[in-house]
Amino acid sequence: MFDLERWQEIFDTIRKNKLRTFLTGLSVASGIFILVILLGFGQGMQNGVAKEFSEDASNRIIVWTRTTTKEYKGLNPGRRIQLRNENNEYVQEQFKEDIARKSAIYRVGGSTVVFENENLGYSVQGISPGFQFIENQFISSGRYINELDEKEAKKVAIIGRKIAREIGKSYEEIVDNYLDISGIRFKIVGVYTDGGGDREEDRIFIPITTAQRVFNGADKVNNLTFTLSPSENFEASVEQSKIFTNNLKNYLKEAHMVSPEDNSAINAFNTLEESKRYFGLIGNIKFFFWFVGICTIIAGVVGVSNIMLIVVKERTKEIGIRKALGAKPWAIIGMILHESIFITAISGFTGLIFSMGLLELIGPHVEVDYVVNPSVNFSVAMSTVILLIISGAIAGFFPAYRAANIHTIEALRDE
Amino acid sequence: MIEIKDLHKSYKMGSNSLHVLKGINFSVEEGELVAIMGSSGSGKSTLLNILGMLDVANSGEYNLDGVPIKNLNETKAAKYRNKFLGFVFQSFNLINYKSALENVALPLYYQRIPRKERLERALKYLEQVGLKEWATHLPSELSGGQKQRVAIARAMASEPKVLLADEPTGALDSVTSYEVMDLIQKINDQGNTILVVTHEDDIAHMCKRIVHLKDGVIVEDKKVKQVRASEYV
Repeated sequence: MFDLERWQEIFDTIRKNKLRTFLTGLSVASGIFILVILLGFGQGMQNGVAKEFSEDASNRIIVWTRTTTKEYKGLNPGRRIQLRNENNEYVQEQFKEDIARKSAIYRVGGSTVVFENENLGYSVQGISPGFQFIENQFISSGRYINELDEKEAKKVAIIGRKIAREIGKSYEEIVDNYLDISGIRFKIVGVYTDGGGDREEDRIFIPITTAQRVFNGADKVNNLTFTLSPSENFEASVEQSKIFTNNLKNYLKEAHMVSPEDNSAINAFNTLEESKRYFGLIGNIKFFFWFVGICTIIAGVVGVSNIMLIVVKERTKEIGIRKALGAKPWAIIGMILHESIFITAISGFTGLIFSMGLLELIGPHVEVDYVVNPSVNFSVAMSTVILLIISGAIAGFFPAYRAANIHTIEALRDE
Repeated sequence: MIEIKDLHKSYKMGSNSLHVLKGINFSVEEGELVAIMGSSGSGKSTLLNILGMLDVANSGEYNLDGVPIKNLNETKAAKYRNKFLGFVFQSFNLINYKSALENVALPLYYQRIPRKERLERALKYLEQVGLKEWATHLPSELSGGQKQRVAIARAMASEPKVLLADEPTGALDSVTSYEVMDLIQKINDQGNTILVVTHEDDIAHMCKRIVHLKDGVIVEDKKVKQVRASEYV
């Protein structure tokens, strides 16, 4: 390896056989390039899914209702199910142990929102303070709706950052101004930000008690939302939220006289279970990328072996001449292997640098849903290059060994 | 220099065995210029291959400069070839992507001589064969005679005990052949031992001794008066 003379000999050979060297190198470099890009996008998809789920608290459960589809206890199907405060209170009491945060939602229908004579077309929802954590919201200025607001049914509101931008005032200026919701004045106490970005910042929130009282909601509730207390690990959390969701649904079905077989009237969405499914999918996709990558590498190895086979065949006469001049068999094998390892190493690293450079360059700008910042683990990429070099060497060894042991006279006769 | 006793060689051809050399006894002194003649199939190339350690005899003794040549494996044969022998082939056998100079320097590479010294020595031998100006040219840019002179320079570069030439003029026209023989004679004049395999009478008579092979045995071994090739050039 450190034989300077042999390095010179190899550089001579490479310099004078540029096309052959280039073709060998190209197949290796492209193999590595494709593999790294594939692995990068696999990672990108994983990042993307992780980001998608970080928008909301990842163990969020949301309940909503529709009409019944099955008749039960003498009641006709098509009955509209309406959740009520008592349901919410019962659930909160019954599942106290499991629940970390909770908020019922009451949507104020058909409201008009006016700020300084300007009509804002945004929806208004009544919520509890716990909603902040369920939706993963942050305060840009002012404060969130608090317990006191809810208890005393104060006429206060918080607005999303997007709405604040549309109003055209700084977040600080907006706080303490007044807002008209269907003719009733509400004091703006805060501006919030949502992890989900613009599309989740276009709502106006008021305390649920206020919403029910002021807008004729009585004790009606549209949704129940929860986050659960964390368990020791992911699997346990998934299991816990599954059980919780089932118990919740069973209770609500019973309370509203819904057939246990009716899967439409009471619905619950469990992000944790959903995210588990996505992460499982990502696992499969990553596996697929690895599979394709390994196949690419195998194709690369086969390519390198093929080229080595041809190179050795083409050089049979030269090998004969060298042997006649006194080259020992191991000198021949060493020379061929040294050359092939050198070429695969150089081109492997070239492919690595190019592909990683490309990922570095465009990776941070990739902002498609479910693909975020595709990147690749350097040590993984490194080991594939080394793997390719080793397999190239092994692939080159056998034809080299055979060639070195061909009878010199036979080799000299080769044209 | 070379001593051979009762040398036998046969090749297996399927179930038959082809007896090529049937007991050769033969010796060469230092400084001799010997022509080995014979029609094709007489065994002359086989004899040269055995002398050149490119092939192994079935039985018999072979001593080269006092060293018994036996139990050869590839590594040992390579070592002896590099140390004792220089080859000149009918088809030149130059490496086509190396320049004339690098071709001549190649045997010295296998003697582990440093590059700089290697190239200096190679240039000296190229000068001896009159091709100093062609040192950087590739074989494809040289004429047949020039190629053979490069090959001779290469064979001489490792300063061998014996130079083995297998039909060195076989691929050349007569004028070029005489030039090459002139060169071989001059090298012989310096005291080098040379064996030339040929089937051409005029080439054989430019040597000092002619050995006739027929059907695997030596039928005639005589000293001749050397014809100087320079007379024809």
